[in-house]
Amino acid sequence: MREIIRIGLLRGALETKQFMRQRESVVFTLAFPVILLFIFGSVFKDNLAPGVTFSQYFVAGMIASGLVNTGFQQLAIMIPMERDFGTIKRLRGTPMSPVSYFIGKSIVVTVTMLAQTVILLAVGAIFFKLNMPSSSSKWLTFLWLIVLGSICSTVLGIAFSSVPKSGRGASAVVSPIVIILQFFSGVFFVFSSLPHWMQQFAAIFPLKWLTQGMRSVFLPDTFAVKEVAKSWEGGRTLAILSAWIIAGTLISLRTFKWSEK
Amino acid sequence: MLDHLRQDAAMSDAISITALRKQYPDKSAPAGVKSAVDGIDLTVASGEIFALLGPNGAGKTTTVEILEGYREPTSGEVRVLGFNPADLGNSASEFRNRIGIVLQSTNDAADLSVQESVRHFSKYYTNPKDPEEVIDAVGLREKAKSKVRSLSGGQRRRLDVALGIIGTPELLFLDEPTTGFDPEARRAFWGLIRTLRDAGTTILLTTHYLDEAEALADRVGVIANGKILEISTPANLGGRNSAKAIVTWNEDGARREVHTDDPTKEVLRLSSRFDGNIPELTVTRPTLEDIYLRMIGGGA
Repeated sequence: MREIIRIGLLRGALETKQFMRQRESVVFTLAFPVILLFIFGSVFKDNLAPGVTFSQYFVAGMIASGLVNTGFQQLAIMIPMERDFGTIKRLRGTPMSPVSYFIGKSIVVTVTMLAQTVILLAVGAIFFKLNMPSSSSKWLTFLWLIVLGSICSTVLGIAFSSVPKSGRGASAVVSPIVIILQFFSGVFFVFSSLPHWMQQFAAIFPLKWLTQGMRSVFLPDTFAVKEVAKSWEGGRTLAILSAWIIAGTLISLRTFKWSEK
Repeated sequence: MLDHLRQDAAMSDAISITALRKQYPDKSAPAGVKSAVDGIDLTVASGEIFALLGPNGAGKTTTVEILEGYREPTSGEVRVLGFNPADLGNSASEFRNRIGIVLQSTNDAADLSVQESVRHFSKYYTNPKDPEEVIDAVGLREKAKSKVRSLSGGQRRRLDVALGIIGTPELLFLDEPTTGFDPEARRAFWGLIRTLRDAGTTILLTTHYLDEAEALADRVGVIANGKILEISTPANLGGRNSAKAIVTWNEDGARREVHTDDPTKEVLRLSSRFDGNIPELTVTRPTLEDIYLRMIGGGA
């Protein structure tokens, strides 16, 4: 077991190094959300409620979708590419435990997720009057949202990695799903103003709950009544994220493919 | 007594395969299945270099990937270093610690340097070789600090070999290892393989190159359409050792040719006829390639 963790940590360091060396992926993963933040933050300047600007609403949503980008999107694209390149097959032929491979993946997700969250928090605070969580209970909510959100995103990314038929096509399959979910889940638009069917659809998936959770962290509690359920629904968020983590883990265990054949 | 001997033989075999079959569903085939491997029996002794020869699609890679544990056989018995690769259970890591695999085309880790890749892989094994020695051995010293993406096809292949041997394997699988090598690199690679053999490594090699099989292998097996056509030494394959020799020479401005079981006698006869020097004399036997092409031509 110690050996599995030791190799997992080594893989995490190696994967992080590889990630940092791919300038395109660094820019796409870390800079793109910031660019979006500036575009949306500059276009929509309205107040949604007294003391709540659209940019604050949007930053909360972008921090939530950052968890989806660095976990789900990154892994669901990266793993099929590694399958194509023979990386996974080669690893499978070594004594390395599959668990170490997933530890390595979790580490690269965690590192990019933390980097992205810190950048968005900083940009949000400096340019868009994002208030840091105002109490220790809000910090606690922020913490469990990040932990559960990134675990959920990671296992679903691993589960979904069996869907794209090739590494080259993975981005074309995965990215639209993420973008549509962002539109439906209250990242780019105010969730309560979306059509009812869209809200219902989004409520199936974790992103809607993560964005709502992040709003509960960064927006004043008085804003809760503006949510569709008139509340932050913390307990329900916890339950739904946990359910997706269990489902994602079970699907991953059943469907993960070590080679392209 | 006989059982005892048989057991000894089994213990000294690195690989033993009995009646191995691998079928895939195939709607166009009459039986609804296609046999990629169609009843193979084969043993590879410890310390031996065994070359599996055969055209594309003959079943070489399928067979090797079953031995490596990547695929499950449809039926048949397989033992690799005493393990059943299709059912490793808790011994997967122990098994893979003792084998080395050089797959066909891989294209990974482009953003790492050669040295980083080799060092990293060395950490997976309980008894790794020194990464620097392995880099030297495969001739990548000048490229040690270069990114993998900057390597030529042949250099990449040498990195694959480096990663295959870093764990000091008892048994090394090489699937078409020298594809894309220039002749010089191929010679250097053969030297490396002989060094490994001298250190006691068992090697199962698949190749398209007959000269490679002849230079390296103790025994060769020719496979076509999922069946073994013959297993023999390179020198004896297809009755090559007993095939007629061909004596050719120039006479009266034309090339003459005689097929004979006794070329020495023929040369002596010619020598006395020409009073010493026979013009442009050659004595050849069928090459391994001639024999091989005849075999798979008949098998296909």
